[in-house]
Amino acid sequence: MSDVEPVGGPGREGDSEASESAARRLAVLQRAGGMVTPLITVVFAFLVGGLVVVATTGKNPLTTYKAIFDGSGLNWLLPWQTCADPCTAALNFQQTLIIWIPLALTGLAVAFAFRCGLFNIGGQGQYLVGAIVAVWVGSSFQGLTPVLHILLAIVAASVSGALYGGIAGLLKATVGAHEVITTIMLNWIAVWVGIFLFGLGGPLQNDPQPWVPVSNDIAEGAKLPVFWGDPILQGLHIGLFVAAGFLVVFWVMLNRTTLGYEVRAVGFNPEAARYGGISVSRNYFLAMAISGLFAGLAGSLDILGWQFRLNVNDIQISNVGFVGIAVALLGRNTAIGTGLAALLFAALTTGTSTRNLDPEIFRPELASNLTLLIQGLVVLFVGADVLILYLWGLRRKARLGRGAAA
Amino acid sequence: MSRAWEIFLARLPRGARAAAWVGVGIGILAAWLMTPPVMLRSPVVPVLVGAVAVALGGYAFTRGVRRLGAGAAVFGLLGAGLGVLTTQSGEANLEGVVVWSALFAAMLRYATPLIFASIGGMFSERSGVVNIGLEGMMLMGCFFAIWGADRTGSWLGGVAIAAVAGGLLALVHAYFAIHLRADQIVGGTAVNFLALGITGYLFIDIYKDTGTPSDVARIPDVHLSFLKDWYFVGPIVGQLNLLIWIGLVTILGSWIVMFKTPVGLRIRSVGEHPRAAETVGISVYKTRYAAVTLSGVLAALGGAYLSIGFVGSFNQNMTAGRGFIALAALIFGKWRPFGAAAAAILFGLSSALADRLPVYSESGAVLFRSLPYALTLIAVAGVIGRSIPPAAIGRPYVKQ
Repeated sequence: MSDVEPVGGPGREGDSEASESAARRLAVLQRAGGMVTPLITVVFAFLVGGLVVVATTGKNPLTTYKAIFDGSGLNWLLPWQTCADPCTAALNFQQTLIIWIPLALTGLAVAFAFRCGLFNIGGQGQYLVGAIVAVWVGSSFQGLTPVLHILLAIVAASVSGALYGGIAGLLKATVGAHEVITTIMLNWIAVWVGIFLFGLGGPLQNDPQPWVPVSNDIAEGAKLPVFWGDPILQGLHIGLFVAAGFLVVFWVMLNRTTLGYEVRAVGFNPEAARYGGISVSRNYFLAMAISGLFAGLAGSLDILGWQFRLNVNDIQISNVGFVGIAVALLGRNTAIGTGLAALLFAALTTGTSTRNLDPEIFRPELASNLTLLIQGLVVLFVGADVLILYLWGLRRKARLGRGAAA
Repeated sequence: MSRAWEIFLARLPRGARAAAWVGVGIGILAAWLMTPPVMLRSPVVPVLVGAVAVALGGYAFTRGVRRLGAGAAVFGLLGAGLGVLTTQSGEANLEGVVVWSALFAAMLRYATPLIFASIGGMFSERSGVVNIGLEGMMLMGCFFAIWGADRTGSWLGGVAIAAVAGGLLALVHAYFAIHLRADQIVGGTAVNFLALGITGYLFIDIYKDTGTPSDVARIPDVHLSFLKDWYFVGPIVGQLNLLIWIGLVTILGSWIVMFKTPVGLRIRSVGEHPRAAETVGISVYKTRYAAVTLSGVLAALGGAYLSIGFVGSFNQNMTAGRGFIALAALIFGKWRPFGAAAAAILFGLSSALADRLPVYSESGAVLFRSLPYALTLIAVAGVIGRSIPPAAIGRPYVKQ
């Protein structure tokens, strides 16, 4: 186990907060596992989920998973899949991709902060702030030309998300308040402010129906164009390209810019970074602000792309930002990993929704809780680096043993 | 007795400190005078009384009692402001909203789940294990209390099964945090997801579309009939749920355990400096396991109160962030039993008030619900006394 020394490091003498940072621990993982460990984790989580299905309902888990797979529309990608017109698989796949957009972006939000050694639990709050600002801008300024209106809403929402995330970064940088605590508080403040704004008698509640706690609809011109599927049937909007573009932006920013270098340096070891002349507090603030920008952008794309209004109930039950944590952890905080992990969770969410899962095979209400269970297991085991490294070590040892024998 | 009395007297604040404390009291008085039953209607009164509080605070401030003095001044200004505001409100509205006895009774009902969970969180975090999974453990308590009460036919069975369920989930968190040295915040997040999934799944699977049975055994109220006619006190504590009383006892009990017994010393030492603790023969792992499991049991008791004490039914995700308010109370109370409990009670009062404020403004009452989070944010930002966590919190420990 000598090659995985850093894992034992944190508990050893003279440990500073530096050696404890989540980013560092995950960096160790990255070297150890790469793609393999997340895959093992996912397979394991699905196995446990399958056992739960058998134990509680006696149904065949494979049939259930096949139904979820079909419900997610991923079968559209299979080359032998044929379907009637309009193709159900295509419609389902559009839904999956619509959910993929915010999950990928909130995943990036969590991942970016992670790379700076910060745990941004506030993705949900930043996402909500973005959504609130987007719906406000989108439903005001009726006369604007469409492109300008969309750009204004997206930029305003992203900047607000960045500012909201920046609060936590600023508090961390100036008074050392732990970002986990501040972001949790900011999440709930965002939730209640949202309910206040769009609730009964709230300042931004809709005008035509004062008895319904929902915002005004955004203007027609502020809606994102749909490029695949029917705009009336919730087709796929161009936010997909924005999100995909930001996966690239994330990678370039982290790996090819001075900012990214500094952020990662602070994430590895803030003390060493400070010694090297990098302003740690500046990077804490920037990392949280950029993190919030991703999440705020996600909120605006959801509003402008398919929700078009913000409902008080949606504010309360939305958990996009929290799933973003699972996405980032499973994706190992890399751009590609986050994109793939977001696809997995988006497919699970769509595949188990009441609209898409065949109730004859499995109850959608049960299945959506199964999704939560699988997400929980994934997060639990992805976080257990020692377990994974131990298994990895066994594998290495076995391989070395074989080599010696031969 | 007289000896204890002398000690008590010797510990009372003196000089400028005492002045500042009196200032805080007078600041509260400024607002209280304007509410029922006294209900003075002149805006001059709160301004004058508030000014006295500010003056006392200023005096204390100049004498070097800076933080408390500033606090007294803030209380004076707030009291005066609130007092003037209440004179703007109709008397009938005021009498409807500010019924102190009913408010306090509601406050205790809202505070109890928070008290259990935040005291639980204190044990876990004092031993060095961050517990943001309180929400999930509480949710487990909610569901399994109903399920247990339904199966066993008695509320006692419900509470016991809830405690076991919460403890088991906490044990999972403990195993990953302690033995596998996983990141504790990741683990807590996972625990919250798991609890949502487990309780939601079982709820749908067992209770289908009918919901939980309405005749499920409830935790009984304690009727103190001799108190019934006491002014003010009677309506508050005359008929409280048994678990509320247990919650109040838990506060005192946890203080005794944490600060007056060797067990508490061990928990704290493991959370402050595990290496030193292990050197003197304390098992870091065992202590942390026990503390984390206990936190799950306590959080689940809070959940059990919520489902079979307060509401009488279960809904998916029924804790709705209460576990996080409990976490906020723990931090706001600086990881101390009385501090955490006081914060939980303050947050309970704000919930109780929020229930009654819609008379004035439907939407304003909603905004009021974010107060606990805003206050905690201010507290961790260090504006009113920094909250400093245990030194070894969040760090996995490697046995030597």
